[in-house]
Amino acid sequence: MINSLIQGILLGGYYALIASGLSFMFSVMRIINLAHGSLAVLAGYLLFVLAQRFGISPFYGLLIVLPVMAAIGFLLQRFVLDRSLRAGPLVPILATFGLAIVVDNLLFQQFGADTRSLAPYIGTLSYDSFELPGGIYVGALAVYIFVTAVVVLGGLQLLLSFTAIGRAIRATAEDPETAGLVGIDSRLVNAVAAAIALVTVGLAGAALGMRATFDAYAGGTQLLFAFEAAVIGGAGSVWGTLIGGIVLALAQSFGAQISPLGFLIAGHAVFLIVLFARIFLPRLILMRRRA
Amino acid sequence: MDAQGPILVAAGLHKRFGALVVLDGVDLAIAAGEAIGIVGPNGAGKTTLLSVLSGAQQPNGGSISFKGGDVTALSAPVRCRLGLARTHQIPRPFSCMTVFENVYVAASQGGGFSRDESYSRVTDSLALCGMLDIANRPAEALGLLDRKRLELARALATGPSLLLLDEIGGGLTDAEASELVETIRELRRRGIGIVWIEHIVHVLLQVAERLICMNAGKIIADGEPASVMANREVVEAYLGGSAP
Repeated sequence: MINSLIQGILLGGYYALIASGLSFMFSVMRIINLAHGSLAVLAGYLLFVLAQRFGISPFYGLLIVLPVMAAIGFLLQRFVLDRSLRAGPLVPILATFGLAIVVDNLLFQQFGADTRSLAPYIGTLSYDSFELPGGIYVGALAVYIFVTAVVVLGGLQLLLSFTAIGRAIRATAEDPETAGLVGIDSRLVNAVAAAIALVTVGLAGAALGMRATFDAYAGGTQLLFAFEAAVIGGAGSVWGTLIGGIVLALAQSFGAQISPLGFLIAGHAVFLIVLFARIFLPRLILMRRRA
Repeated sequence: MDAQGPILVAAGLHKRFGALVVLDGVDLAIAAGEAIGIVGPNGAGKTTLLSVLSGAQQPNGGSISFKGGDVTALSAPVRCRLGLARTHQIPRPFSCMTVFENVYVAASQGGGFSRDESYSRVTDSLALCGMLDIANRPAEALGLLDRKRLELARALATGPSLLLLDEIGGGLTDAEASELVETIRELRRRGIGIVWIEHIVHVLLQVAERLICMNAGKIIADGEPASVMANREVVEAYLGGSAP
């Protein structure tokens, strides 16, 4: 019981990490990036290639992959999303959906259907564990991923609250036109925000590859988990994303206790319950007040 | 002032929204440090003129030059950094931020000032607008007067040489409006040029040294305030003095 609680919370760290970029992009640009999971898998493959062909440890590989992801985010916003946003809120969703298909199939063409993992390239970290009092073992990697998620989310919060670019991002998110009139170049600011979001995607891709296996079509599942965590946590709220990830993971790990199939079903069920509660509870409360 | 030539020149500005012509050949030259009032009936194109000058909207025809360079194709943020700022008729603060942050983001982005200089700019702008004591209040909690002041402080913090004000006195009491007039006079003493749209003419005339009257997208009178107010066309179009 306590064991699945702790494992669930740690898994929640991974979900929060992958959800952070999705929720950040939604709160700033109002774009739901359906290519989010595929881009995380792309980052995983990049790290894999660096490790396999050039013998670069995935940790050093991040020094190369994160800037690449940032550049992808900047260019994606500047040349695809920014233009498609002008055609209405639905068009960027279609554009990222198309991008997801392109990324998935390019990866499939390049790497085939074999599953890959970064686990062989990170030494003992893939199976190291800490012993907690009570004879509970927690994976060292899971703990590090959880800490990374907290640092990323805290970093995003600090960035938004206290830096010049963070304030420009918030101003642009609220009112791009007025932001322009006080000298904020909203296109540039959004491109920087997308670059930041994709850096978190790169980290999530590294975490995915180290803790599990992935293949060319793994992006869809990752997107789904990220989306569920972001919605449960209240899309756009930084710490809510962490809570959302943990709630999703707890539901999954308790679901798995009940039945092997319960892992996914319980996660989806909690997501749907929260989603409907979000939609209908405020109405119910309003109706009560009026009555 | 006269030796430098005009700081802003607009020539033949046209703006249409579909079939509706909102600006119909507006020519305007503004000297550095000048204080200009703009009056005119609703729908005359006053606000659209400010939007086109500030770069929030692109004109369908005509050109704008600012400080000797053509800015017609430049975006609003670029014009803002050149020293052209505006306020909105209906204040649009960033409500997710505090008063201080609202002004700070303008100073650091629009003014391009360093951190320390931005801080002193913010303090200065807030002090000038009488908002220092409420600097840490969230912008969404402000009343109308404070929202208007914030609009002004935010525009000021970008370090403008020409400030476009859109009905900043609208909806205020006489006492509040005269407080605002004092602030705007202080801006003039600092050499900042003002273009001010206002319906409360007696407030406007306390500051403006030149008055422009617009009607149906055209400038119908431009000159010394007393003579513009006495102009027959102005009286008919705006004041409704000699209605048929």
